[in-house]
Amino acid sequence: MGKEMLTGNSAAAWGVRLAEVDYIPAYPITPQTEIIETIAKWISDGSMDASFVTMDSEHSMITAAGAASATGARTFTTTSSQGLLYGFEMIYTVAGWRVPLVMVNVSRGLSSPITLGPDHNDILAVRDSGFLQIHCETCQEVLDSVLMAYRLAEDERVLLPVMVNMDGFYLSFTREAVEIPDVEKVRSFLPEYRPEHAFFKAARPMAQGVAVLGGDYYSYFKYQMHLASQNALEIYKEVCDDFERIFGRKYEVIDEYMMEDAEYILVMTNSFSTLGKAAVKRAREDGVKAGLLRPRFLRPFPESEIKNALKGKKAVAVIDQNISVGKGGIIYSEMAGCLYNEIDRPLLLSFIGGLGGKNISQKEFEFIFEKMISASDTGIVEPPSLLYTESELEGITKLKEIAGKE
Amino acid sequence: MDTSTIRSIKELPPEENMLPGTAACAGCGGLLTLRYCLKALGDKIVIVNAAGCFTLLTIYPFSPFRNSWLYTAMACAPAGAQGVRDALDILIKKGKLDPEENLKVVVLSGDGSAYDMALSSTSGAIYRNLDFYYICYDNEAYGNTGFQHSGASPFGSRTGTTPPGKEVPVGSQLQKKNLFDIWNSHKPPYIATVSPAYPVDLMNKFKKAEQFKGPKLFISHIPCPPGWGFDPSRSVRLAKLSVETGLWPLKESVHGEVEHTYVPKKFKPVEEYLKEQERFSHLFKPVRQEDALKSIQEMVDEYWKKHELLP
Ligand SMILES: Cc1ncc(C[n+]2csc(CCOP(=O)(O)OP(=O)(O)O)c2C)c(N)n1
Ligand code: SF4
Repeated sequence: MGKEMLTGNSAAAWGVRLAEVDYIPAYPITPQTEIIETIAKWISDGSMDASFVTMDSEHSMITAAGAASATGARTFTTTSSQGLLYGFEMIYTVAGWRVPLVMVNVSRGLSSPITLGPDHNDILAVRDSGFLQIHCETCQEVLDSVLMAYRLAEDERVLLPVMVNMDGFYLSFTREAVEIPDVEKVRSFLPEYRPEHAFFKAARPMAQGVAVLGGDYYSYFKYQMHLASQNALEIYKEVCDDFERIFGRKYEVIDEYMMEDAEYILVMTNSFSTLGKAAVKRAREDGVKAGLLRPRFLRPFPESEIKNALKGKKAVAVIDQNISVGKGGIIYSEMAGCLYNEIDRPLLLSFIGGLGGKNISQKEFEFIFEKMISASDTGIVEPPSLLYTESELEGITKLKEIAGKE
Repeated sequence: MDTSTIRSIKELPPEENMLPGTAACAGCGGLLTLRYCLKALGDKIVIVNAAGCFTLLTIYPFSPFRNSWLYTAMACAPAGAQGVRDALDILIKKGKLDPEENLKVVVLSGDGSAYDMALSSTSGAIYRNLDFYYICYDNEAYGNTGFQHSGASPFGSRTGTTPPGKEVPVGSQLQKKNLFDIWNSHKPPYIATVSPAYPVDLMNKFKKAEQFKGPKLFISHIPCPPGWGFDPSRSVRLAKLSVETGLWPLKESVHGEVEHTYVPKKFKPVEEYLKEQERFSHLFKPVRQEDALKSIQEMVDEYWKKHELLP
């Protein structure tokens, strides 16, 4: 179909349309709304044969989506931020139903204070639920990830729901040239959903989501989910190979940028890693052997790929766009856990930036590279720091003065 | 099912769609209600359940049902019903599911879910005219967590969170919410109150409901031996007393028009019902709480007066 200028939101909607989804329960929240409005319009004008229903809340929406998926319909839903948290209870429940639901989350900072800008506390809050998590950098990746998510989720060796994540505003409303795949090609990549497993029909009564008495059964089911999630990494590689063969675009569980001979590595996710890549390029011009590692999956966590990629590196700076209040960066903790038992492990530095969509400037990236270099020279790693510039603080002070607050 | 009226208990279908041997308490009025409901609904159904006592009817790997079952959570069984119904409809429409495989979708929840936590998702489902059955077994408290106050707990009752004491001798000071009227304000095609002591009335209401597409809602007032505090053998008697005293009117609403399906010839005093239960014992001893007893009786009388049905 060729390339079109699409926002991240419309790229997500295109993914849903091309996946020939049957059912979309919806509830609006900025910055996700464009996705459901686009789909609603297509259904209304007949270009998409699906059933769309606006629900009374995200809690209900995720329930309806999971239930439809459990009934055998290919189902999509999407939310963001407070909406994801409002449906939190059902995120765990639906994952436990082992249904191949695909959900897009458009990341946005959590209240309070209330904000529209993005960070990843919303999506990371649900990271232990059993949903697989794919984090996207570009609009193209959003569209492609929705298609790959269905392939992965519906694979009988996985049967877990998948969340595809993008940053609000920075990706949701940014137009990029996106290749819209041909529907026939999509069909050859993602055949019609024909559930062989648990689903409701008259001839075969089935109980789903039932109670268990005692930890033995509970552990058994949770462990099954854990194994299925771990399976997903290998199966994703098959999915990627097929995807590349059919569409020519290559994806992996981690994205490595200028990593080959790199010594100082940024670890970032989502759309801000584009900024990180630019910073790496500039650092290279200044003679710093910089590189960037972007985990695309945060669940399952691609441990062995990350360990391999970071073997022999001097220092790694994790830039978390989230804050676990009272602890620090969440991905930093994950990385530390991942590397702890490696004998030859790089120094690990922690930075928190981009909260609520706050920009990370070139100066701050330079500061991060300086810190990495001095840490590797001295062996001393400074405590985690929150990226906040002098001029940003001045701006806040000035505003407070104008408002008459000291 | 034919739509002719059943006249006596002998005409109830003999088939059982719920088998004995569940974790429910002996004498549970809700279980009796459910047994009758399933006789009426048949086995080509999927029950979408909210957290409550009946969640423990299916315990892995056992189920007492011939039908399918989906446990959701306390706030959202009607939303689960929406997903199942919509999925069945679209799969049949697209030719992916044989219409023979179609199922009726049935929500099953306690009063805590129905009156409180799931009120919003229920309102949404009725508003969207979802084609489903909703059965609420109303034991007037959160039963599964050990009998705490819910929006269905009546004035004057003792629950785990409304213990009568020196400052608040009456127990619950709030009036039971009127779920029937809340539902009715949405104008669904069919709503009924039922009782396990009146299975013929119950069965006929299900038969009648079957002709309507859209929400079909049932509230059953059900005695709960451990929560109410009475001997399990007296369960049906108590269910009967709640109707005979006028506390639980048996009625139905068709497109908003309410009619009573049974009016006792002579109403028994509510005290007869109250005094049989531990949860009201503080109204009688150590001192009779005359005001409270009077106001309960007045509330009942007012209801029937309003409907011009007081003999
Ligand atoms: C979100 C949430 N809060 C609390 C509970 C705990 N809980 C489980 S069952 C229950 C009582 C439900 O009461 P009701 O709906 O009246 O049904 P019953 O137990 O009487 O059958 C509660 C509060 C829960 N499961 N989920
Ligand atoms: S606690 Fe009450 S409602 Fe719950 S199973 Fe026992 S008798 Fe039935």
